[in-house]
Amino acid sequence: MLSIKHLSAGVDGKAILKGIDLEVRAGEVHAVMGPNGSGKSTLAHILAGRDGYTVTDGEVRYMGRDLLGMEIEERARQGVFLAMQYPVELPGVNNMTFLRESMNAIRKSRGEEEMDAVSFMKLVREKARQVKLDEKLLKRSVNTGFSGGEKKRNEILQMAVLEPFLAILDETDSGLDIDALRNVADGVNRLRSPHRAMIVVTHYQRLLDYLEPDHVHVLAGGRIVRSGGKELALELEAKGYGWLLEEVAA
Amino acid sequence: MGSSNTAVEALMGKGYAQGFVTQIESDTLPPGLDEAVIRTISSRKEEPAWMLEKRLAAYHHWLTLREPNWAAVRHPPIDFQAISYFSSPKKRPQLGSLDEVAPELLATYEKLGIPIEEQKALAGVAVDAVFDSVSVATTFRVTLAEAGVIFCSMSEAIREYPELVRRYMGSVVPHKDNFFAALNSAVFSDGTFVYIPKGVNCPMELSTYFRINEAKTGQFERTLIVAEERSRVSYLEGCTAPMRDENQLHAAVVELVALEDAQIKYATVQNWYPGDSEGRGGIYNFVTKRGECRGDRSHISWTQVETGSAVTWKYPGCILRGRDTVGEFYSVAVTKGRQQADTGTKMIHLGENSRSTVVSKGISAMFGSNAYRGLVRVAAKAENARNHSQCDSLLIGDRCAAHTFPYIEVKNPTARVEHEATTSKVSEDQLFYCRQRGLSQEDAVSMIINGFCKQVFNELPMEFAVEAQKLLAVSLEGAVG
Ligand SMILES: Nc1ncnc2c1ncn2[C@@H]1O[C@H](COP(=O)(O)OP(=O)(O)OP(=O)(O)O)[C@@H](O)[C@H]1O
Ligand SMILES: [Mg+2]
Repeated sequence: MLSIKHLSAGVDGKAILKGIDLEVRAGEVHAVMGPNGSGKSTLAHILAGRDGYTVTDGEVRYMGRDLLGMEIEERARQGVFLAMQYPVELPGVNNMTFLRESMNAIRKSRGEEEMDAVSFMKLVREKARQVKLDEKLLKRSVNTGFSGGEKKRNEILQMAVLEPFLAILDETDSGLDIDALRNVADGVNRLRSPHRAMIVVTHYQRLLDYLEPDHVHVLAGGRIVRSGGKELALELEAKGYGWLLEEVAA
Repeated sequence: MGSSNTAVEALMGKGYAQGFVTQIESDTLPPGLDEAVIRTISSRKEEPAWMLEKRLAAYHHWLTLREPNWAAVRHPPIDFQAISYFSSPKKRPQLGSLDEVAPELLATYEKLGIPIEEQKALAGVAVDAVFDSVSVATTFRVTLAEAGVIFCSMSEAIREYPELVRRYMGSVVPHKDNFFAALNSAVFSDGTFVYIPKGVNCPMELSTYFRINEAKTGQFERTLIVAEERSRVSYLEGCTAPMRDENQLHAAVVELVALEDAQIKYATVQNWYPGDSEGRGGIYNFVTKRGECRGDRSHISWTQVETGSAVTWKYPGCILRGRDTVGEFYSVAVTKGRQQADTGTKMIHLGENSRSTVVSKGISAMFGSNAYRGLVRVAAKAENARNHSQCDSLLIGDRCAAHTFPYIEVKNPTARVEHEATTSKVSEDQLFYCRQRGLSQEDAVSMIINGFCKQVFNELPMEFAVEAQKLLAVSLEGAVG
């Protein structure tokens, strides 16, 4: 589904990613871990198409297409979803309306009918219940004045409604209380299917306990320095990154 | 220099005469303003003597005034002798049929439920003689008449309801008020008159859409709305469709009078031609709008969405004379290209417990310049007066400008006056976020901007709010990215 080859990229001449290789097949869940500043969000942003990064080498293919050549919205419409580390506030833009516009834009691009208001409302209510997002938040402006945890839940709600093929979650678990963490994990698990894949960026083992990723990768200094199964995460939890970085350096 | 001269000429409607079509040719005076011109205007309109006297008094006062230059706008000097003061100000070509009218315009009319014959009239399609009687027969006229509401052109009102016009015209905006008000009082072409009798809740939204007369969009419109005790009215003015008008000076005066317990809501969606991207042409929109809450507990609310005009200079205000009166001003002003707007409000608190609310949203894009200028004055007798003003500016790009000039004059220690101002930008983060959710860049921008303006749009009647949103999207097309 997603194939990243020797991806190198940076900002203003500063190299951040230095040759990333990553294969994500449909049905898989990949966890990406790694120290602060190692380039995890940068990778996520580049996959989503955010401006400001320069790709200096490598390529990314998504469902057989050249992902890096696609516009941001085009990627979204093709099923790439990024749950952001810092969800953005849109004052005055109704949360429900935003989600509906989003869904309809995606459906329209696929030649599908727009969903009528009533069915849409029903769908969102149901999903909101699943991710335990307070319904009042649906009526407020997107993320505006939401608590940190509410913002993250709202991202998960959007994901649940939009049902992307490739979901990238950038530290969606950070700053969540234990119940919320559970809801996020449930949200991800519910979306799991042989047609979908997920890349979950996290610092914590706890989320991975619920998610049971197929693969765990460690990103450090802009490179994937180690990949393994879910036990790699346990090892990191126990020992930290120091040993790994030393091993890589050696 | 040469080019700015051409701009002035273009602006002041050279070539105005040449656009004129046969029927109204005889009604067009040559450019220039003197007493004879005013006498001619008045006699062509078959006005009573008192009206002529009012005009002349205004004219003589105007002669003593100089054009104000305090606004944060720049434009070449206006040659008032180069303007023709009596002519059908709309020189839209007469079209053969509705098929020749821009489809968007028709769609707008349709949405607003304007009957087909009136659509024709609005769009400048030649209308046959039958039309007038058809129009008179339309249901809304009947409905209004049954309620006792007077809704007609100012010319008609001067002839048919002289006592009312005499009593109220100039009582809120006297001709001495300012340069442009004096000019308007001397030469006004036509406008709208609305009278709501005691206790009547006007059975429908009144709109300039629905009042067909030739001078509908006159250069010097004069509008007067009088709401008697316990009456209510909501009035919509303007056209949301892009009208590619020729350049002209638009100096209107609008007066509102609310008596005891009356309520007037006045909404404007203004989309005059803003000029081209270099700042050539476009309308100079110098308008004096003021309402007076004359009776206790009366309520006046101004809502404006200003996206057009090359230069806008307008401060719809409220004189809160009665006790417990309420004045409101909700504004969205957009400037892009080389547009300039200096707009805001005046809230004059004279009565006890008078309250006012100001919500101003300024949006600047490209080289646009947007100034909020707001005066809140609390007179010594106005115990417990309260004002809250909120002025938000949104910048798109980094070559535009926003300014806020709050003037606060408080002569009563019990007054509470609050002023908040913010400036923000449409951020990269916001655009990325929206596009990541599948929205196009354009939809994202319009969504963010509509969000910014929501408090103001909420004050508009539903269909108008929808129109205003679309208008905003259209007017900011290409301003980002
Ligand atoms: N726009 C930018 N300008 C300059 N430096 C940047 C920019 N974006 C990212 N960086 C730098 O690139 C490096 C990687 O940042 P990134 O946000 O990808 O890290 P991360 O792995 O997500 O870290 P964290 O775990 O703290 O979220 C950091 O040193 C960061 O400062
Ligand atoms: Mg990060």
